[in-house]
Amino acid sequence: MKFNSKSKSLLAALAIALLLLPFVTEALLGRGWVRIVDFAMLYIMLALGLNIVVGLAGLLDLGYIAFFAVGAYCYALTGSPHLALAFPMAFPDGVHLSFWIVLPLAALVAGGFGVLLGAPTLRLRGDYLAIVTLGFGEIIRIFLNNLNAPINLTNGPQGIGRIDPVSVASVPLNITQNIFGIALPSVHLYFYLFLACTVLVILVSQRLERSRIGRAWMAIREDEIAAGAMGINTRNLKLLAFAMGAMFGGASGALFAGFQGFVSPESFSLMESIMVLCMVVLGGMGNIAGVILGGVLLAVLPEVLRHGVVPLQQALFGKTVVDPESLRMLLFGGALIVMMLYRPAGLLPSRVRRRELDTDEAAEKV
Amino acid sequence: MMHESNSTNSDFVIPAKAGIQSDQIAGFRVKPGMTNSNNALLQVSDLKVTYGGIQAVKGIDLHIAPGELVALIGSNGAGKTTTLKTLAGLLHPASGQIHYDGRNLHNVASHQRVAMGMALVPEGRGVFARLTVQENLQMGAYSRSEQHEIASDLARMYELFPHLAERKNQIAGTLSGGEQQMVAMARALMSRPRLLMLDEPSMGLAPLMVQKIFETIRDIAALGMSILLVEQNARLALQVARRGYVMESGSITLSGAASELLGSDAVQRAYLGG
Repeated sequence: MKFNSKSKSLLAALAIALLLLPFVTEALLGRGWVRIVDFAMLYIMLALGLNIVVGLAGLLDLGYIAFFAVGAYCYALTGSPHLALAFPMAFPDGVHLSFWIVLPLAALVAGGFGVLLGAPTLRLRGDYLAIVTLGFGEIIRIFLNNLNAPINLTNGPQGIGRIDPVSVASVPLNITQNIFGIALPSVHLYFYLFLACTVLVILVSQRLERSRIGRAWMAIREDEIAAGAMGINTRNLKLLAFAMGAMFGGASGALFAGFQGFVSPESFSLMESIMVLCMVVLGGMGNIAGVILGGVLLAVLPEVLRHGVVPLQQALFGKTVVDPESLRMLLFGGALIVMMLYRPAGLLPSRVRRRELDTDEAAEKV
Repeated sequence: MMHESNSTNSDFVIPAKAGIQSDQIAGFRVKPGMTNSNNALLQVSDLKVTYGGIQAVKGIDLHIAPGELVALIGSNGAGKTTTLKTLAGLLHPASGQIHYDGRNLHNVASHQRVAMGMALVPEGRGVFARLTVQENLQMGAYSRSEQHEIASDLARMYELFPHLAERKNQIAGTLSGGEQQMVAMARALMSRPRLLMLDEPSMGLAPLMVQKIFETIRDIAALGMSILLVEQNARLALQVARRGYVMESGSITLSGAASELLGSDAVQRAYLGG
């Protein structure tokens, strides 16, 4: 990539703004909001992963959160005392692998699950594929919910706690650290870790999109038969799309587990899959900047509501009339309907989607 | 170099009637009783394909010599497209043999067939509607890696289809049907095929455009390309082809020189409204 001096200085300004973001957020809104920003980063990574599957290869996946779950449980099992319950002889203290060993493993395992989902669904498209992937996501969640017997692998609905924090260069991120004389609380430390990971995910996404593989995915999305006739190995490339997307999901899952210190099946409900898909669709399918915007908006807006609606109602009526949680879904649904009516290609449509809509308009004029 | 295989031009009856041969072709021993295959680029014997529970192709034999333009004509539902898709590796035969360039294509995946020089222009054209004309053509060279040659081939395509040169940055989905057919053909040629398989290039096109497309097919054939042309428009197809096969409900009922087929009573009655 080449930058001219203007975009270079723009990039530098953006980098500085991002580095200062946790401090500014803390100063303006309090430390709780830094945590929300951290979660937004996780969602962005997830959405970018799903964007590969849905946006590039055109495979509608409604069970994407399952890969996030697989990654999270990978680290939960290999970075906590939990396995001591199931195998007291083998692991009297549980398993405590380094996060940096588990991270690639979690990505690989999730990628394997991606292939597992992709293989039987190779011939399915559109709504049929969506239903199978939806079922797959639920199967994973239900497995996690029930695998506490006969051997207690996942601890069932109680979830797995006391997960080791992520350490960078043997500096654990779960307590405040003094770095160069600046006190950095845990949420700040995780923010920088997630920021680095997100930047990496963005770069990989960008390279993928412009690669031979990315072009082949787009061809499959446009017309699978013609793509096959071009000499594209459609079977392998579809499996690769599932695996790649799942790897991103798995890696973010491991980060989530280390950040939270606790995982349970209820974090991986169908609603979460839909949420991530909405981020991709709302922002602009197939467009990396759009997907990031969608991720930020949908991760942050519910919190804005939660923190804004109650005080507002208190001030107006003296009591809380509508629970912000139910209002959230109402506004969320309304926003999506408005979006689809007025900006069907998303807030920042991809080049290709924009063209398609222009085409439709041109066709209507004819 | 055109080389007529021994029993094609004159015979005009059922296929698979050539004399016994036992030549060695690239290590493959031709079984006695198979059709002439000395120099065939594509040799199909007793191909049966089941599609959606019904036998769509019921044991057909056909062959194409290098540089030959062969038409496969027949009415709707005769099994022509199924045959073509099977040849391209998009469908799997129930039984029978396909040999391309002396190699048995059994277990050769469709993407490998493209790399071997077989290119399909699918029915309904199948252009990548949201990509530009140029991007479509570039996708055609997916199986190739030499960037310089791809670029020069791209320039050649714009010479062959000057109309597309004016529209290289236009979205393929916004082109007219005839232009899309040109994109599909140029895209297929970008893989540098030795055998071009065209599925119903005239489908849904205005008569003038059909003429234009068929002129281009003739031009491509004149460059020495082997072409298998599947068409419902029997007259046009037989006018440009050297030989033809007539397919009816999954079987080949007639074959022979295109000129003879054009003049035959059966073809006249069934397909040419004469």
